[in-house]
Amino acid sequence: KKSEHLKYIILSLRFPSPCHPAAPPEHMKEPLAYMRKAQGSWEKRILKSLNSMCTELSIPLAQKRPVSEQKELLNKWNEMGTDEPDLSLFRPVYAPKDFLEVLMNLRNPNYENGEQPSFRNHLGLIQVPLKVKDIPELKEDFSELGLNIGQLGIDDSAQVPPEFFENEHVRLGQKVLAEQDSAAAQQYVRQGCPTALRADLWALILNISNQPEDILYYEQLKSNVIQHDLLVDSLIYKDVKLTASNDDYYFVFEDYLYQVLLCFSRDTSVLEHFTYSSATPPKSYIQGKLGMEEYAVFYPPNGVIPFHGFSMYVAPLCFLYHEPSKLYQIFREMYVRFFFRLHSISSHPSGIVSLCLLFETLLQTHLPQLFYHLREIGAQPLRISFKWMVRAFSGYLATDQLLLLWDRILGYNSLEILAVLAAAVFAFRAVNLMEVTSLAAAE
Amino acid sequence: FRIMAGKVKWVTDIEKSVLINNFEKRGWIQVAENEDWNFYWMSVQTIRNVFSVETGYRLSDDQIVNHFPNHYELTRKDLMVKNIKRYRKELEKEGSPLAEKDENGKYIYLDFVPVTFMLPADYNLFVEEFRKNPSSTWIMKPCGKAQGKGIFLINKLSQIKKWSRDSKTSSFVSQSSKEAYVISLYINNPLLIGGKKFDLRLYVLVSTYRPLRCYMYKLGFCRFCTVKYTPSTSELDNMFVHLTNVAIQKHGDDYNHIHGGKWAVSNLRLYLESTRGKEVTNKLFDEIHWIIVQSLKAVAPVMNNDKHCFECYGYDIIIDDKLKPWLIEVNASPSLTSSTANDRILKYNLINDTLNIAVPNGEIPDCKWNKSPPKEVLGNYEILYDEEMAQSDGPDRDLRNRSGQSAGVKGNRARDSGKPVLTTWK
Repeated sequence: KKSEHLKYIILSLRFPSPCHPAAPPEHMKEPLAYMRKAQGSWEKRILKSLNSMCTELSIPLAQKRPVSEQKELLNKWNEMGTDEPDLSLFRPVYAPKDFLEVLMNLRNPNYENGEQPSFRNHLGLIQVPLKVKDIPELKEDFSELGLNIGQLGIDDSAQVPPEFFENEHVRLGQKVLAEQDSAAAQQYVRQGCPTALRADLWALILNISNQPEDILYYEQLKSNVIQHDLLVDSLIYKDVKLTASNDDYYFVFEDYLYQVLLCFSRDTSVLEHFTYSSATPPKSYIQGKLGMEEYAVFYPPNGVIPFHGFSMYVAPLCFLYHEPSKLYQIFREMYVRFFFRLHSISSHPSGIVSLCLLFETLLQTHLPQLFYHLREIGAQPLRISFKWMVRAFSGYLATDQLLLLWDRILGYNSLEILAVLAAAVFAFRAVNLMEVTSLAAAE
Repeated sequence: FRIMAGKVKWVTDIEKSVLINNFEKRGWIQVAENEDWNFYWMSVQTIRNVFSVETGYRLSDDQIVNHFPNHYELTRKDLMVKNIKRYRKELEKEGSPLAEKDENGKYIYLDFVPVTFMLPADYNLFVEEFRKNPSSTWIMKPCGKAQGKGIFLINKLSQIKKWSRDSKTSSFVSQSSKEAYVISLYINNPLLIGGKKFDLRLYVLVSTYRPLRCYMYKLGFCRFCTVKYTPSTSELDNMFVHLTNVAIQKHGDDYNHIHGGKWAVSNLRLYLESTRGKEVTNKLFDEIHWIIVQSLKAVAPVMNNDKHCFECYGYDIIIDDKLKPWLIEVNASPSLTSSTANDRILKYNLINDTLNIAVPNGEIPDCKWNKSPPKEVLGNYEILYDEEMAQSDGPDRDLRNRSGQSAGVKGNRARDSGKPVLTTWK
């Protein structure tokens, strides 16, 4: 009975709104045709970019490693960071700002935008009419974040006696863990996780138990990495070297990032998430068999092409999990539940398009002077906050604060909080921002 | 305490911007060494001259220097060990519970320095110990050098033949301090994070030794080795694997100029709490504070507690994989060179907070003051141990009743205003 209950929870978390039984499968991915089309065009562009890099550098998308190289890689598995392959010719396939340009050009063909934007129109960069919540609705949805409710990270600071909130909250967390109650855990983390309980609470919510078969599966992925070299591996290396390796908080875990991301690229179980993602995995053909379906493969095997900053989705998790197989599973689950929505075009309320619109709407509604000022000086707020949201703030917040933020993503099963936080940052800095006169100064 | 008019006149023989910027921002006036000065930030060579018997230097009441005359009792590797051994024996003699030993004869509370011998003087004692554990690795460190210079690892007696000869031929000839070495049991099971070895650098300010008053800088950091740690014997010669000194790591292939291999202690705490739990993490930090205070108490009786002096030490600590901290050494002149932008900010703030405590209000000092700065000027320092306050807390505190709230990075968890929590252990 318990496992049925659990299965229901997992399914309902991954597929939030049940579809009409007669709806075609693409509606489960994305109900709006123009969004599907835009995502399709974006994917074509990415693949084109990848293929041309491939051709330019004369490197195949995938090839089997010679045995000597396999041995070497196996020996170096725990310290791939010390490897210094020549990555100078590789470039990230795209960066968040490229993606923003695409989103800015999204239009609903059924919607008459008119020539002149007026006060009524949205003054921001996103010009599609998606429904986003207003403050009253957000207050209701995120009621546990109300001012009269205790929060870890605030109400457990040095000046507050622990009897007021912290002690009881920690006790409650221990009880939730003892009872292994996933639904209760999800409710509990809305007020933040005690640092000592976080790893277990997240695992409980994400339903990761690291069974022997899970460890075996990870080992199998590892052996795939050893045996075959993929072009995306170089993209991953490059990304880690450019981002996490230079980060004050995460450089220590560089080697773990390779161990997770190289395996991730080869994990075909990730393909399942495409049934509810607006994205479609890129297809490639065995050399010489272009167009022949029986020779088609998904590339990379997990269908996800990493972009600049992708490794930062994994990095914060290294503070919680030091066992590679568990770290891997937690990341994979976080990706297929949340992170994929941050780099695909969809109308989903937690999709990046909605988040951008939510951010802009909140700012325009509640800080119209600031919004107008920034727009006038060529510093559209979204240009600044977009990268924060795409990365779920990883690399832009101190780790302890980032983890408190991700507690709420898990607790509310929604990414909307990213947009609210982004707007709050602008509100917090409003006075200073009113004084700046350029985008660079605003940044 | 008389308020003296005029600006503080400063001298230094260490040309570092983090120092000079701090003096200038206070509006202090730079003067030459032979002029009237109030504040002299000296190198350790200079302090030797200032307090040497020959020069007969007399400091006046309005002069402060940044070293204690015989700081080397703590900061020379051999003297530190000697003083700690002496301190333990004294406690044992007076039957103090601090000197309690376990069933293997190891001190329960005071075993925080790896087994160490002086060479060549203790060569035979060392050999006896080495033979008990012939597969162990030992680290040879020259007594008088810093920055990892001259350090090497050995795992065979033949590698230190030279000291065996010296010990036989020169029992009565005192070795010049330049050739004296200490040899310590190498901690070959360090705690690894991300598979990498690290050590801790913590800054501790001492304003007086008797009564002992010391402060811990909250923003210490971990120094990571750029190369993966391996205890394998083939890597013994690879200093990039074993030594965490930035001076050495800077020359490795993987040295990064953005973070410099340095990780804030707050990150260490977050990582350990998240992966190991709060109790063991608190215990570790509590123990770290404990061993620092014990090391200061060990040298306090022999320190020349000159009232013109204060000192900011750089403590090097290694944590092993059982989460036990080990005191490796104490530096009198922690590096003020900045290896990264973050580093520069940290060291600038360190000097700033140090000066705020040592030179109250930035005014011409009067070394007769009580050296009790108000809480507001501590900045990023926290009171680590205040002997006067601890004594006034009452004599019958249980040794084991050490508050779980350590001077961790979350800041002062003192519930009563102003009372530093760490003084609950006596």
